[in-house]
Amino acid sequence: MKIKTLLMGAVAITGLAPAAFAERASDGQVNIIYWQAPSILNPFLTGGTKDIEAASLVLEPLARYDETGALVPWLAAEVPTLANGGFSEDKTQLTWKIQEGIVWSDGTPFTSADVKFTYEYCTDPQGGCAQLAKFENVASVETPDDLTVVVTFDSPVSNPYQPFVGAQSPILQQAQFADCTGANAPSCTDQNFYPIGTGPFTVAEFKPNDVITFEANENFRDPAKPAFATVNFKGGGDATAAGRAVMETGEFDYAWNLQLAPDVIASMEQGGMGTPVAGFGTGVERVMLNWTNPDPALGPDERAVIGPHPFLQEPAVFKAMSMAIDRPLLSEVGYGDAGKPTCSWVAGPEIYAIEVEGCFEQDIAGANALLDEAGFVDSDGDGIREANGVPMSLVFQTSTNAVRQDFQALLKQWWSEIGIETELRNIDASVFFGGDPGSPDTFQKFYADIEMYQNTFDGTDPQSYFGNGLCDKIPSPATQWQGENVSRFCMEEYDALHAQLTQIDDPEERVRISQELNRLAFENGMMIPLVHRGRISAASNTLGGVVLNVWDSELWNVADWYRID
Amino acid sequence: MTEPVPASPKAIEALRDEGPLAPPRSQAADVWAQFRKHKGAMMGAAVLIFITLAVLLGPYIWTLDPQRLDIRNKDLRPIYTALWDGTANVSWGHPFGTDNLGRDQLAQMIAGGRASLAVGWAAMVLSLLIGTGVGVLAGYFRRLDGPLMRITDLFLSLPILPLLLVAVTLFRQPLRAAFGPEGGMFILIVTIVGITSWMPTARIVRGDILALKEREFILAARSIGTTSGKIIRRHLLPNVLSPIMVSATLGLATAIITESALSFLGVGFPSDFPTWGKMLADAVPRMSEFPERVVLPGTAISLTVLSVNYLGDGLRDALDPRLRGR
Repeated sequence: MKIKTLLMGAVAITGLAPAAFAERASDGQVNIIYWQAPSILNPFLTGGTKDIEAASLVLEPLARYDETGALVPWLAAEVPTLANGGFSEDKTQLTWKIQEGIVWSDGTPFTSADVKFTYEYCTDPQGGCAQLAKFENVASVETPDDLTVVVTFDSPVSNPYQPFVGAQSPILQQAQFADCTGANAPSCTDQNFYPIGTGPFTVAEFKPNDVITFEANENFRDPAKPAFATVNFKGGGDATAAGRAVMETGEFDYAWNLQLAPDVIASMEQGGMGTPVAGFGTGVERVMLNWTNPDPALGPDERAVIGPHPFLQEPAVFKAMSMAIDRPLLSEVGYGDAGKPTCSWVAGPEIYAIEVEGCFEQDIAGANALLDEAGFVDSDGDGIREANGVPMSLVFQTSTNAVRQDFQALLKQWWSEIGIETELRNIDASVFFGGDPGSPDTFQKFYADIEMYQNTFDGTDPQSYFGNGLCDKIPSPATQWQGENVSRFCMEEYDALHAQLTQIDDPEERVRISQELNRLAFENGMMIPLVHRGRISAASNTLGGVVLNVWDSELWNVADWYRID
Repeated sequence: MTEPVPASPKAIEALRDEGPLAPPRSQAADVWAQFRKHKGAMMGAAVLIFITLAVLLGPYIWTLDPQRLDIRNKDLRPIYTALWDGTANVSWGHPFGTDNLGRDQLAQMIAGGRASLAVGWAAMVLSLLIGTGVGVLAGYFRRLDGPLMRITDLFLSLPILPLLLVAVTLFRQPLRAAFGPEGGMFILIVTIVGITSWMPTARIVRGDILALKEREFILAARSIGTTSGKIIRRHLLPNVLSPIMVSATLGLATAIITESALSFLGVGFPSDFPTWGKMLADAVPRMSEFPERVVLPGTAISLTVLSVNYLGDGLRDALDPRLRGR
C-alpha cells in the first residue's frame, strides 16, 4: 500500500511539472515498451513489425491509413484520386503533391528528389529491399518540380496506393543515404541506426535489441508538437511483463501487442495504472480444413498434395463441424473484448464481412441430424462416426499458445459430441510459422487434417488476400511448399469470380463480389472462421491522445500524444 | 545288526555353544531394521506409496473425467480457500477447484500423476539397466574400459533438451503411427531420458567395480575357477547395489523433472493429456489470481522427488553392510 501511494505520488508530481498544454517538448518523457526489441531503424532492411514501428517515430510516408482504415495525406498535401485528377484515367499514373515547407530534422528542405531517391534505393537490384512488394508494377518515379512526384505504373492498377504509403514505405533522405545504395545498404550502420526523418522525433541514442532514446524534432512541421521532449523506447521481455509494466506498476506508458487471455489482461487492469486499448484489423482466427489427404502412409510427393480428403470435403461434415461450435463462447474465453465471433474469412474492414444465419448459435442436435441424414453414422459402436469407410478421426494442429490450446480443448469436446474424434497437436510457433520446407510441422505443409491460426493482410483492400484461395496458389513440393492457399481449396467458380474482382473498380460492386467470395469460401468448406481478433495494446492512464491503429504503425500519431495532468 | 552310534567326544561337547543369544537374522531383516531407523526414509517411503496408490486407485474413487470441460464451473477455487475467504467461488464437487476451462483439478492431478510417475519409473529403470551394464563391463573387462568410457563422455556432452526437440521432430510420426499419440510420446520421452541419464550411474559403478575386483575374495573366487559371469553376478553386483540404488532414486527425480520441463515447453504429450508439468505450464499466466494451480502440481512434483531422494538415502544406509548398525 505504501509503495503504491508513493508511486501514485511520483506520478502525480511528474504530471504537475509540465503545466502548459500544447507546447513542444513540455511534457517530459514518454516510456514505450515493445516486448520484441528493435534491431534496426531502416524499414527497408527489415521485415520486423517492431523495427518498422520504431522507425515510424522518425520516418514518414506521403500518406497513411488512419484508425478507420481510410487513407489520409501525411507528407502529401492531399491523396491523389480519380476524382481530383491525381490518378490518371487510364490508371497508370499517380501524381503526388507534397506539402509546402516540410523540412528534415537537420533543417534541409524535403523535396520530391528524396521520394524519387527512396524508390531507387529500394528497387536497386543489389539492395535486397524488404519492402520491394510495395514497388511492384512501378515503371518509373519522376519529379517535374520540387513538390511533385509522378509515379508511373507499367500496367493499369486498381490500387495505386502501395509505394510511399504506410509505415512500411516511408521516405528516406537522399543526402544521408546517397552512399548507401545497393550492396552498401546493410553496411551503413550510422544511417540505418540514426536515420534523419521528417517525423516528430529524432534518434538520440540507439542500442540495437535494447533501448532507443528519441528527442523531439526541433524542425517538426507543427510547432506545438510533439508534446514530449524525449521518448524512451525499451525493447525486450515478454507480453506478460510488458502488460504488467504499464497497467500494474506504471513504469511504462505504452505496451504494444499484448497477446494474452482476457482474464489475464483484466487482472492486470486491476493494477489501476493503465488500460488496454483494442483495435480491430483484418485478423481472423480460423480452422483450416485440408482438401488433400494427409495420410502419413503416402509418400512425400503425395502426402497433403493429392486430394481429396477422405471425408472433409463432404458438405455435411464441415457444416456440422461449424454448427457444433459456440463462437461467442470461444471469443469470450480467448479474447474477451478483443474478439468478435465471425463466420467471415475477411471480417475486417467490416463492409466485406458476411452475415451467416445461425453462425453465432451452437446447434449440436442440428449437427448430429445433418450427419445422420448424410449417412455418416457410428456403425461399430465406438462413439465415432464412420464416413466413406473410415472413422471420422482428425489430427488438429496449431501453434503453442495458451489461448490456442484452450480453443483446441473446447473444439475437441464439441466435436466429440457430434461423433468426430480429434487428436490435438501443438507445435512451437517459430517452427509452425517458420516456413522451413524441410520441417514436417509447418502450417503450409499441413501434415494434419485441420489446423488453426490467424492470418492478416496489409491495408484495407482484400483483393490480393482473396487471391489466397486460388487454385494456382496451392503449396506443393514443386513450389518448396510456398503458397498462400493453405487449405488447398480449389474451385472454378471462385477463381472466375476473383478474376472479375481484379477488373472492377466500382466500390459497391467490389464489396458485393468480395462478400460473394467470402461466402463461397465459407460455404464450400475452405475454412471454419472462428473469431475476428483485435489487437490489444496498453496505455497508461496518464497518457493522452492514443488512437490504436491496426492498419498502420501503432505509433502513427505519436506527435499527438500528451501527458494527462 | 548295527552298533549304536557312539556319543560325541566330550571335548567337542564342552566347546559347543549354548545356542544363539539372539534368534537368527536374515539379511533382509537387517536391512529393514536399519532402514526403519532412518526417519526421513520412512517418511519418504510412506509419501511415495501414498502418491503411487493415489494415482493408481484414484480414478476408480474420483471418477470425474480429467479432460471434461465444464465451462459453467470454470475458475472454481479449491475448497480450502473458503477457510479464509468466505466469498470464494468453491464447490464440494471440485475440491481442488477447476481451471479456466472448467476441468476438474483433482482429476487432472490424478491423471497427471499417472503420466509423470509412469515416465519417471520407466525412464529410471531404463537408465539403470544401461548404466549398470556399461559400468560393470567397463570396470571388469579392461579391454572395454576405454571405448565404453569414451562413449560415456560422449553422452555426457549431449544436451538433453535440444536432443529431445530434434527427436520429437524426427520420430514423432512413426511412433505415433505404431503406438498412438500418447503411447508414442511416452516411449519417446522415456527412451530419450533413459539414454541421456545413465552416465553418472555407469561411472560410479565402474569405479566401485575397479576397486572391488582387486580384493581378495574376488581373487579367491577366480582361483577356484569361477567364471567372469558368475563373479559379476554373485560377488560384484551385490556389492555395488547401494550406489545403484542411490542413482536410481536420483534418476526417477530427474525423469519426472525432465518430463515436466518438456511439457512446460509445449513439446511433450498432446496438449489435452494432463501431466504435472503441463498443469504447471498452463497455470503460469494466472499465477497471481489462482496460485493453487501452480502450488498443487508443484507440490506434487516436489514431494515425489523429495520422498524418492530420502528413500534412496535410507536405502543406501540400509544396504551397505559397512554402514549398517551404526
